Amino acid sequence: MRTAEALRMALEALRVNRLRSALTMLGVIIGVSAVVVLVAIGTGAKNAVEQEIAGLGSNIILVVPGQLNFAAAPTQSRLDLADVAYVRRVVGDESRVTVSVQSGETVRVGRDEAFVTVVGTDQYVANIFDRPLRRGRYLSETDVDTRRRVVILGSEVASRLFGDVDPVGRQATISGVRFRVIGVYEKVGATFGVARDQEVHVPVTTAQRLIGVARINGIAIGASGPDEIEGLQQRVVDALVQRYPGEKFSAVTQTQLLGTIGTVLGMLTGVLAAIAGISLLVGGVGVSNIMLVSVRERTKEIGLRKALGARQRDILGQFLIEAVLLTTIGGVTGIVLGVGGALLIAAVSPVPAAITWWSIALAFGVSVGVGVFFGVAPARRAGRLDPVVALRAE
Amino acid sequence: MSAPAFEAVALTRSYQLEGVSVDALRGVDLTVSPGEFAAIIGPSGSGKSTLMHLLGCLDRPTSGVLRVGGVDVATLSDTELAELRNQTIGFVFQSFHLLARTSALDNVALPLVYRGVPRAERRNRAQAALEAVGLAHRLTHRPAQMSGGEQQRVAIARALVGDPKVVLADEPTGNLDSRNGAEVMNLLERLNHDSGVAIVLVTHEPEVAGRARRQIHVRDGLIEHDTGAS
Repeated sequence: MRTAEALRMALEALRVNRLRSALTMLGVIIGVSAVVVLVAIGTGAKNAVEQEIAGLGSNIILVVPGQLNFAAAPTQSRLDLADVAYVRRVVGDESRVTVSVQSGETVRVGRDEAFVTVVGTDQYVANIFDRPLRRGRYLSETDVDTRRRVVILGSEVASRLFGDVDPVGRQATISGVRFRVIGVYEKVGATFGVARDQEVHVPVTTAQRLIGVARINGIAIGASGPDEIEGLQQRVVDALVQRYPGEKFSAVTQTQLLGTIGTVLGMLTGVLAAIAGISLLVGGVGVSNIMLVSVRERTKEIGLRKALGARQRDILGQFLIEAVLLTTIGGVTGIVLGVGGALLIAAVSPVPAAITWWSIALAFGVSVGVGVFFGVAPARRAGRLDPVVALRAE
Repeated sequence: MSAPAFEAVALTRSYQLEGVSVDALRGVDLTVSPGEFAAIIGPSGSGKSTLMHLLGCLDRPTSGVLRVGGVDVATLSDTELAELRNQTIGFVFQSFHLLARTSALDNVALPLVYRGVPRAERRNRAQAALEAVGLAHRLTHRPAQMSGGEQQRVAIARALVGDPKVVLADEPTGNLDSRNGAEVMNLLERLNHDSGVAIVLVTHEPEVAGRARRQIHVRDGLIEHDTGAS
């Protein structure tokens, strides 16, 4: 018997029991669309985080004291501006090194106030991080050297405190000290939950006095290219360890962060897909069940077909194709719904969803596989029916 | 001289029913020649249905030898047996056994599906077979849209479409009124006469059996009397 013939028979059989076929498919449809949607959300989340990290700038190395360990509190920094100068000599290009010291403070303008992260940094910050200005200017060397009370506002801080008014040249009070606004940053979004638009930047020297410390929190270095990163990372850490024997320093790169976070999010996506996969499995059991019912119902037909010369494999093929057709049609419908659902979620909610070809191919493959796997037992039963017994069946 | 359509030697068939062995056939010797028109007649439980299932290669004998068209069925696999059925035997059943949601034409063409005949040729041959049984005007009708007599004629067309050597008819008139029954018998008679296909019909009605040229009486799993025994 030709495949085309078997396909025609199977389609006819599904058409005859339209409602039942549709309900059986529903299990597969739900399973497949769940796989597609959840994988899309997982991938979307991963992409979003990767974009955030990449959005920081390129080829950034962050140097922090101690060991980067999410299980322990961060090491209290013992680095100061002299160490920054030392790192600058190690790197060999001072414009590729910048510094940060941070503290949460209240900024006031008139009667409005906002609680923001005050970041003390220097004139090189924009060489390393992507921090485009919307208005005004960056910090200058003189600002840092003379400990000027000037501030650049993150876009959200600016709109909160000044509304539509151009803040450049106006006054703002940080922890009771008056600052002059010299610039406003463009909106850059959040990275790792750090709302970079709610930061304000002041000269590092000013910040140290304002919050009463001589330390800095961290050093950021911009490598000239991806090839330089690893060597530079090692060189800086080695130099710091040499300067402070017995202490630990860590230098992490975006790639490393991406790697760690990518693995975590990849696992998350996997878990989501597995949960969706379970519903696909349940759908498969439904297919198996319905095929068994179908074989029983059509026992007489099977007997007749055998009497007319159908071989065991013809009957097996007929029922197997029917099962595979059920799950394949269900699978394709599920993919269409899943893709539609993912696009809808991405469009109307803040949840990012990215459709991946592999998840569609996988969902399709699995639904065909489910048809074969769960169709085989009923189909074999049909194929093995004794024609005499089958013809007598009521 | 071609091989007999059927040749049975000391054929037995026993069943296990809840651990008890029941002998449905207890040693049947029978030869049916090509082109014969024979009736197997006997009361219910006589073993005539079992005999027909064996002759139709739907079942295998417990012991003894059965040759269909000269081929010993014991040497054939299930697949080869299916092919033998498809090629040499046409079935007509008491309750017609037509596929309910399928047109007369496609019902008749069904045996050719398993022979791998292309669709267009299948349809042509099925149409010719339906014309031969006088149903040229019922090609697209479904079984439910036809009378019992018409349905049985569709079934006969299906039995004939593959050019079999033998048509096995199991109580072909059992579900029909006497007028339709007579019509079906006329048809079988004419086919046997015109195309030379052997017909073996199984019945418990003496009048129906009387239409055949040879009567084989079966009782208690044995041939009691055979008018055509050579």
